[in-house]
Amino acid sequence: MRKRMTVGKTVIYFLLILLSATIVVAFWHLLSLSLSPSYIATKGGLLLYPRDATLDNYARVIGNRYIWQGYKNTLIRTVTGTVLQLFFTAMGAYVLSKRFFPHRTFWTLFIVFTMFFSGGLIPTYLVVKNLGLLNTYASMILPGFISAYNLVIMRNFFQSLPEEIEESCLIDGAGRLRIFLQIILPLSRPILATVALWLVVGHWNSWFDVLIYISDDTKFTLQIVLRRIIITGSKEILDTSAAAGAAEMESVVSSEGLKAACIFVTTLPILCTYPFVQKFFVKGIMIGSLKG
Amino acid sequence: MTRASIRAEKKNGVFMDWLYSFRGYRKHLTLVLMFLPVVVYFVIFKYLPMGGIVIAFKNYKISQGIFGSAWCGLDNFTKAFATSTFSRSVRNTLTISGLKLLFGFPMPIILALMLNEVSHPRFKKTVQTISYLPHFLSWVVLAGMFQQLLSPNNGAVNALLRDVFGVEKSLYFLGDNRYFRGTLIVTDIWKNVGWSSILYLATITGIDPELYEAATVDGATRWQCTRYITIPSLVSTIVVMLILNVGSIMDAGFDQIFNLYNSAVYQTGDIIDTYVYRYGLGDMKYSLATAVGLFKNVIAFVLVLGTNLIARRISGEGIW
Repeated sequence: MRKRMTVGKTVIYFLLILLSATIVVAFWHLLSLSLSPSYIATKGGLLLYPRDATLDNYARVIGNRYIWQGYKNTLIRTVTGTVLQLFFTAMGAYVLSKRFFPHRTFWTLFIVFTMFFSGGLIPTYLVVKNLGLLNTYASMILPGFISAYNLVIMRNFFQSLPEEIEESCLIDGAGRLRIFLQIILPLSRPILATVALWLVVGHWNSWFDVLIYISDDTKFTLQIVLRRIIITGSKEILDTSAAAGAAEMESVVSSEGLKAACIFVTTLPILCTYPFVQKFFVKGIMIGSLKG
Repeated sequence: MTRASIRAEKKNGVFMDWLYSFRGYRKHLTLVLMFLPVVVYFVIFKYLPMGGIVIAFKNYKISQGIFGSAWCGLDNFTKAFATSTFSRSVRNTLTISGLKLLFGFPMPIILALMLNEVSHPRFKKTVQTISYLPHFLSWVVLAGMFQQLLSPNNGAVNALLRDVFGVEKSLYFLGDNRYFRGTLIVTDIWKNVGWSSILYLATITGIDPELYEAATVDGATRWQCTRYITIPSLVSTIVVMLILNVGSIMDAGFDQIFNLYNSAVYQTGDIIDTYVYRYGLGDMKYSLATAVGLFKNVIAFVLVLGTNLIARRISGEGIW
């Protein structure tokens, strides 16, 4: 009996290690690739450590103006988008959490309905286009400004706060807006943090809106620059900055290694912060699932 | 008073209440102003595009605008439905979703059950942290990774297959119709299995430990505990998740496929969403693409609404 148990456990441990290994090794291989010169990469195979380590790939990626611009644009959209979206979603959710708000059921349905049905890609694109938002930062933030899902989750949280807190403030003559800003928001830090993290990751990883709304390459975000480099395989983006002696560099720096370096430069902020914020996301998924 | 008149009175009362609540807007002017941005947003970016759906029934020309373009009835639908590219995209969507459901759905449950057996908390934590990671990366990043790992020339996976398993010929995972769907399913599991297991793990954590104690006293093995306590406790979560997954069967994973596919694998990988993108924004066939999009959205709407209602019944409380 005892023996069979340990065999089962060994198998489980082995499978869990295997799953983790595929993830760790994939990243490790890519990291090694990004630190290796081209002849290593073209030789192929699994690379468990960088051979003849070189920082050339990174030097070239970091020296590239598109990457820097991409970083700048991604930061702009992430910071502006997250702050504005969080604030307006919370404000709307607060209003909807008030049971005495007129036609509350109707307004909730008005919002929830959009989770189930949408105009689709083309009509949304045409609205953004006709509003003159193409090639603006607004087109990266406004079309998805308020998520019905986040709003409902926040509304539920606000509903769980005791009404008495507000009543005493109302008697003291505070308006609803002041109560929202000075009482409700500070009390709601956990839910605000969770939603903010979702928004940050969403903006950081977002690429499709830039692909369809933005054609001005000075407004490209990191994800789109990366997409151009690795998927469309367009070398121009990397070549324009290194115009001088580009052909010569091509022979030294591997394009595989270069792509790997691009991936790491793009993902680094997530990889670095992820272990520390992971538990907030896990908490968040529970908030979302426990009776949303 | 007759019953009918009472009912009429009641109905009238509801209507009067509804009418009366309009006064509430003036009374709570601050709240109205606070809510206004939300309404404006939803009207412009959600309901206006729904109105834009009319171009599915028109022959939309940019120069003539939405209102100026001529009506054409169901022409766009019949035109689209007649093409083999369209039927292929529907077939691919359903096949890929179905396969993802079949192979991908049980994985997080198995992972959660396995994690539950781990008796070293540090080990468990590490596996969890690592397995959640891919969920936070975009498909652009992951597509870049997989392109390199799965490359037929110098990719690590083909090298492993050759050196360890003796597979002589390099497999073109992303460019061969025989392997493309398999690649989609495996990479999808790889990205999401950890993250999706959270919900099941949480349910397991919520199981009363006394059940296990009692079972162990009665001489139950670990496997019997899992079989007769853990799995039955998970059933309602599993059923709800399964139903919700069935509801989203029209979404085969646009982000993933769009970043991984190429014209060589349209045969097995072109789904409705990628079709709409290519014809709509690529070829500027706005009306045709809107019609196909509408076709998909209506089916998805019915499915999601239906499955949500069922899930609500089963779980006893609303998902939304």
